[in-house]
Amino acid sequence: MSRPFLSVEQLTQQFPDGQGGIQTVFENASFGIEQGEFVVILGHSGCGKSTIMNILAGLAEPTSGVVKMDGYAVSGPSLDRGVVFQNYSLLPWLSALSNVTFGVGARHRDWPKSRVTEEAKRFLSMVGLEGDVIHRKPSQLSGGMRQRVSIARAFANQPKLLLLDEPFGALDALTRGTIQDELLKIWGGTEQTVFMITHDIDEAILLADRILLMTNGPFARVAESVEITIPRPRTRTGIVEHPNYYAIRNHLVHFLGERSKALSGQVPGDAMQRPETVRIDHTAREPAPDAEDAPAPLRAVNS
Amino acid sequence: MFANLSLNQRAAILSLVLLAVGLLIWEAAIPAQKAVGELTEYERLTGGGAPKAGIPPPSEVLGKAWDELSNPFYDAGPNDKGIGIQIGYSLYRVLSGYFLAALVAIPLGFLIGMSPVAYRALNPFIQVLRPISPLAWMPLALFVIQDSQLSAIFVIFICSIWPMLLNTAFGVAGVRDDWVNVARTHELGHLRTAFTVILPAAAPTIVTGMRISIGIAWLVIVAAEMLVGGTGIGYYVWNEWNNLDLTSVIFSILMIGIVGMALDAAFAALQRSVAYAE
Repeated sequence: MSRPFLSVEQLTQQFPDGQGGIQTVFENASFGIEQGEFVVILGHSGCGKSTIMNILAGLAEPTSGVVKMDGYAVSGPSLDRGVVFQNYSLLPWLSALSNVTFGVGARHRDWPKSRVTEEAKRFLSMVGLEGDVIHRKPSQLSGGMRQRVSIARAFANQPKLLLLDEPFGALDALTRGTIQDELLKIWGGTEQTVFMITHDIDEAILLADRILLMTNGPFARVAESVEITIPRPRTRTGIVEHPNYYAIRNHLVHFLGERSKALSGQVPGDAMQRPETVRIDHTAREPAPDAEDAPAPLRAVNS
Repeated sequence: MFANLSLNQRAAILSLVLLAVGLLIWEAAIPAQKAVGELTEYERLTGGGAPKAGIPPPSEVLGKAWDELSNPFYDAGPNDKGIGIQIGYSLYRVLSGYFLAALVAIPLGFLIGMSPVAYRALNPFIQVLRPISPLAWMPLALFVIQDSQLSAIFVIFICSIWPMLLNTAFGVAGVRDDWVNVARTHELGHLRTAFTVILPAAAPTIVTGMRISIGIAWLVIVAAEMLVGGTGIGYYVWNEWNNLDLTSVIFSILMIGIVGMALDAAFAALQRSVAYAE
């Protein structure tokens, strides 16, 4: 088996539970991410998704286990692993542009100022921010615009691995949709490896190559790795037409609704605890859809 | 007509009215000197014929202010210097003591704010030293430093240091973890993190401490100069009291207020320049 670009091996996180005992959030979590892959992790609150993300970012230390990127163990935060936080984490005393130049300047310390500014403006325009808006302070921007600045800052650094911690959690549904599109657009042009946390099943299907499903904590584990067998480029309206969409969605809903609880706390003998790979593909069994050459005709709903 | 004016204009008019009314009441409240009537032998011998000393009316204070401010920098010997020179001496002491205090308090506050151990270790000392009236240090300062001018500067130093120290520590400790994490994920070194993230994040709190400190320093310098003597606005007030020149006393009280207001306004402007909205 070839080594994946990023491999998480037997990660365990324990916290003191405040009563002298020890609480194990997750145990022996192991999974891998290939270069250029967009991986989303889904699970209920408290299963340790954010802890895994902080460990990948180098902001937290696991109780045991290692994270290897490109064959080297990760220790401490680094420019190679960019993070987009849920609450944007823009520096409020800097303008949107300066927040991005802060990132670009940290990555390319030898660049002259004009080149740093140019690069920052390029990435801001990729997420649709141009003109006077980029000179405003974060407090003068809407939540959606702030998160775009944050995404631009992360992509401008061109990290080997980009970590997104519920980036759209604080946004309303309409804004979320637009920024998901922006994210897909900017991601499509870069071949960036992305690891993302979300609560939103539709968001996960739209964005991901693969979805990791976590069981409930304590003793949470990464139980399944679901391949999203819907070809790219995807659009929000396009994917619901795909024959695999509802099958995958139902599988995810079912897992989060029932099996995440049922599987919780079960420790199989295999110490590595690799997630079970799930591939749902209905396209092979059906006749080739004529939608490929002509627009799909209207269908009766109850046919 | 009044309702059409802006809030500021209405407030300004009201301020002027209050000023005029206040001055009129003050002027009217000064009892007129009684005409010297028939005096007994005894009264004449004890100076009863001379006008009694009283609070001067505002018109006299304004006249004095006009005289002093039209020639503020004259120097006619140790006990007769212009108001500008006296205020200059006071400002020199306040600012030198204050900036020495800032030089110590802000880096030390940074350290205390960054390190919970340093905070806990130094906190008892700070809590004991902070409530001491700065003037209580004066005798010790005079003995150790053996120079009254430097002792006054030391007193300013010791009274300005606490608000700056505590506010800096508080501001630095309160910097959001998210912003520090941004610095960490961008591989900034300790020094760069301190200057590009923590300092701007804590600046509003630090400048608030600096503003409190300059206010306290200006309060304390008057009392300190009354003690050390020689020069300065505090000495000037006390000297004029000894001369029984109440007009000059009232005039200098007003000058103390105006300079204090100017110092505070300067720090308010600094505060606005470092403020940010989250």
